[in-house]
Amino acid sequence: MPTIIKDKTITESPFELVDAENVDIRANNVLLPLAFFLENSAVIKGRNDIGVWIDAGEDVEDIEAVVNQLPIIALNFPAFGDGRAYSSANILRRKFGYKGEIRAVGDVRRDQLEQMLSCGINAFDMAEGQDLEQSLSGLKHFSHNYQGTIDRPEPLFRHRK
Amino acid sequence: MYIYDDYDHAMVNERAEQYREQTDRFLAGELSAEEFQQLRLRNGLYIQRLAPMLRISVPYGMLSSTQLRKLAHIIRHYDKGYAHLSTRQNIQLNWPKLEEVPDILKELASVEMHAIQSSGSCIRNVTGDQYAGVAVDEIEDSRPWAELIRQWSTFHPEFNWLPRKFKIAVTGAREDRAAVQVHDIGVRMIERDSIVGFQILAGGGLGRTPVIGSVIKDFLEKRHLLTYIEAVLRVYNRYGRRDNKYKARIKILVRAMKPEVFAQKVEEEWQTIKDGPGTLNDTEINRAKSSFTRPDYLELTDESDEFDYRIQENLAFSTWVERNVKAHQQSGYTIVNLAIKKTGVAPGDLTDEQFDTIADLADKYSFGEVRVTHEQNVTLADVCRQDLFALWKELCAADLATPNLGLLTDMICCPGGDYCSLANAKSIPVAEAIQRKFDDLDYLHDLGDLDLNISGCMNACGHHHVGNIGILGVDKRGQEFFQVSIGGSSLSNTALAKILGPSFSQEAIPEIIQKLVNLYVEQREDGEQFVETYNRIGIQPFKDAVYPV
Repeated sequence: MPTIIKDKTITESPFELVDAENVDIRANNVLLPLAFFLENSAVIKGRNDIGVWIDAGEDVEDIEAVVNQLPIIALNFPAFGDGRAYSSANILRRKFGYKGEIRAVGDVRRDQLEQMLSCGINAFDMAEGQDLEQSLSGLKHFSHNYQGTIDRPEPLFRHRK
Repeated sequence: MYIYDDYDHAMVNERAEQYREQTDRFLAGELSAEEFQQLRLRNGLYIQRLAPMLRISVPYGMLSSTQLRKLAHIIRHYDKGYAHLSTRQNIQLNWPKLEEVPDILKELASVEMHAIQSSGSCIRNVTGDQYAGVAVDEIEDSRPWAELIRQWSTFHPEFNWLPRKFKIAVTGAREDRAAVQVHDIGVRMIERDSIVGFQILAGGGLGRTPVIGSVIKDFLEKRHLLTYIEAVLRVYNRYGRRDNKYKARIKILVRAMKPEVFAQKVEEEWQTIKDGPGTLNDTEINRAKSSFTRPDYLELTDESDEFDYRIQENLAFSTWVERNVKAHQQSGYTIVNLAIKKTGVAPGDLTDEQFDTIADLADKYSFGEVRVTHEQNVTLADVCRQDLFALWKELCAADLATPNLGLLTDMICCPGGDYCSLANAKSIPVAEAIQRKFDDLDYLHDLGDLDLNISGCMNACGHHHVGNIGILGVDKRGQEFFQVSIGGSSLSNTALAKILGPSFSQEAIPEIIQKLVNLYVEQREDGEQFVETYNRIGIQPFKDAVYPV
């Protein structure tokens, strides 16, 4: 069971990521790779202990039809400088209205957490070597945001005094 | 100009504190060099050949005299007494100490300045027309819109880790002084059926693969500016290439998708956010505009006996006026340009004393404000015609009255191999050698407008692709060589220069420029500028002039 940060608290999660080689559809509480998930969508249908993980180069639009039945979606950051998953999170929350857990996985580091949080990611499976306690401080927002974000949708100008 | 309120102050102060904490963690070994690099870059700090370089943001080039004095202080106290005006309207310190940068940022924050997003793969400092608000060819003052883009792009959480850097330029005039066609996004104010809105270009850029931007939105209503730009950025962030940094700019994506397909993709994304919370309202538009009201101009006419007398009497003054002073919207006022291109000084370099002097002159003659330009010059935008002579005398005393604006010796030039670790060649000595060769002012004036741009490597910070004459430093088996191209332009008729042929040694360059210019003089027809002659006769005669058969 991975120890993660979720909703600003350090916690254990039953959901574990599996890669394409080790995938077992009978297992509980797994995050399946997107391609496998799509291929087996008929079998998976109705199970609430299965989520999907989406890589940075993959389109979240592929799960649009089923997105709101999923308990959890993981977005992979292959490197902390790869920003594609920020847009994936934005689309999941804003366009698809997804309310479940979005978990950042991969090269997830303290100094990017605030940006991830702003884009609608609420859970963080930190990269190796990242101290979880210290990482909590990375979730601190700037006191204002000029532009609308997922967790603070009103741009500053709509309430600026 | 734009004055910070409590919100803006809070943002800049919080970033300065956050950066100090990141620096501390790096110095304590808690943050890897690789990770800290990306964090410091997003705050303008490079590690250069000899020392760090700090790039300070100057949004759309506007500076107050208070800010200039603070910069003078910083240059004196934390650096070696001079700083560099960059080709993107920013100001660069060449010798700051990494551990003192947090203190510099704190000083900057106290005068509403920062280095946020002045480097790194994120949305960079927004640039604009240095004559905005005073240009006679203006449709509308572009600065409120540039400021709105600045705020929207500052700390945008979704677009801080783009495939590559992203530059936005805005112009509200008919003549393009902001080079919007060679930016990732170019925003051009246009008028349609008596309504002013925006034309949006995307996919322009210089660097390794120069491309002129494509119009992706022919007319955009003003209130949609930010949501539309957001849609462009989202498409780029998702689909821009990340496998090869040389193919990662938006221009490659736009070209690969085809501009019309890219535009369609943006349109689809935009429809999902159009009219949403990011849509500008009148309150916000008026708030932005209220920062750029006209100063308290005196009621004057363009007649000035004092000015007329001095022009008659003083050739040096009249020469300077002819080149460096431009027409203004307000009668009795002029736009004054300080060409920071004195022979023997690196183009765009100013000393701390000169920063202080410019601040004093701005207070005395131009409502306490200046603009820095992408040609690496300084503009005093609101000077009374009757004060021009007095101002000129003070500029002469401060070595700031070089009368070569727009001439061959008013070169755009990157810092090059003297400072920059990316450079293949030293660009400053080439600039100086050319300036020394072309030291006859009458001759230069006779040549007229001629943009000569020098880059020390193909990253093209010196905009060599859009110079009438462009010079590019290349590495040939460990030796510095220079490739010459001609026919570029960054104005409304933006064009990319064509390479003349094999490259030259540094020593040969001044003579090569001379041959190109000689051919132009020989071939020009009435009143033709260099680039017009080139457009008429083509590249071959120029090739023949420099590569004898």
